[in-house]
Amino acid sequence: MTPLKVSVAASIASLLLLLVVLELVRGRRLKERYALLWIATGLALLVLSAWRGLLTKVAGWFGVATYPPAILFAVATLFIIAVLLHYSTVLSRLSEHNTLLAQRLALLEQRLDQAVGSTGEAPPPG
Amino acid sequence: MSYGRVIAVVPAHNEEAAIGGVITEIKAFDSTFDVVVVDDGSVDATSRVAASHGAAVITLPYNLGIGGAVQTGFMYALENGYPTAVRLDGDGQHVAADMGKLLDVLMVGDADIVTGSRFAGADSHRPRLARRIGIVWFASLVSLLTRQRVTDTTSGYQALNRRGIELFARDYPSDYPEVEATVLVYKHRLRMTEVPVRMREREHGSSSITLVRSIYYLFKVTLALCVAMVRRYAVPDEEVKGP
Repeated sequence: MTPLKVSVAASIASLLLLLVVLELVRGRRLKERYALLWIATGLALLVLSAWRGLLTKVAGWFGVATYPPAILFAVATLFIIAVLLHYSTVLSRLSEHNTLLAQRLALLEQRLDQAVGSTGEAPPPG
Repeated sequence: MSYGRVIAVVPAHNEEAAIGGVITEIKAFDSTFDVVVVDDGSVDATSRVAASHGAAVITLPYNLGIGGAVQTGFMYALENGYPTAVRLDGDGQHVAADMGKLLDVLMVGDADIVTGSRFAGADSHRPRLARRIGIVWFASLVSLLTRQRVTDTTSGYQALNRRGIELFARDYPSDYPEVEATVLVYKHRLRMTEVPVRMREREHGSSSITLVRSIYYLFKVTLALCVAMVRRYAVPDEEVKGP
């Protein structure tokens, strides 16, 4: 059986995580689409921490009935991996967009320079 | 022989010492060729020297790496409606007088992309052993993957028709892109061929390839090649339009 202290501490920690995430979303410092995975993490951990019977049952399925809190670690780790992987895809997409923007900007600048040059206007400063 | 409207795409990163000579050499080969220099975030006077030699200059706001720079040049060629492009490096290693060899083959119309190879000819260039291992490895791997003999997978000296320009403007690999690009070309069912050319040793600066980097490069590009074989590709010819 899970020690009561573990359940209480884990519940408080999950609640704190949820509160921080919700506050960040409320303050517009975290976009909803990036908050979803974090909220799922917080909820999953909260349910498993507070519902001691469920944790014991799940621990039984995975053969760690002697120490159910191990499931909390496993779930937390899995969610963190999911969040990181999600961020890697976001980062890849961002860097691709960034490259495209740099290329488009440089092409436009060249076209602008050419247009300015051919109309005989003074080039912009710098 | 006239080749019609041709754009020479020249990527350059900190090549103020060499870029002027490259442009002069291109113009000496054929004064009707337009030249676009893509300055890949240089900290020296590359852009200024290129402009003073009569090239169109695209200055990238920061260093994108060779693949991003080359792709920008092809985007320019596409936007400005060039039917033919030649890509050669800004460090002067490609002999501009050889452009005719590439273009003559391209004009026959049996290939969309013609690559200048250091190793296809009899009078071949002999690099050091470590480099040769890498070259042979990639040549064998790429030849196997694309079911066609490719001798110089790292050559950046290429002539392209409109289809080739369209492909590279839309999709071009990023680091050490030439090897991967051969697979890209094959996947899009474009036709490529090689012709022997000479290449010069670098005139200015030094090649950035060291032993550790070579090994890293070998693994990275091999992985990229495997990904290139299985990854998803956009349908060609539909998305990109010139103005």
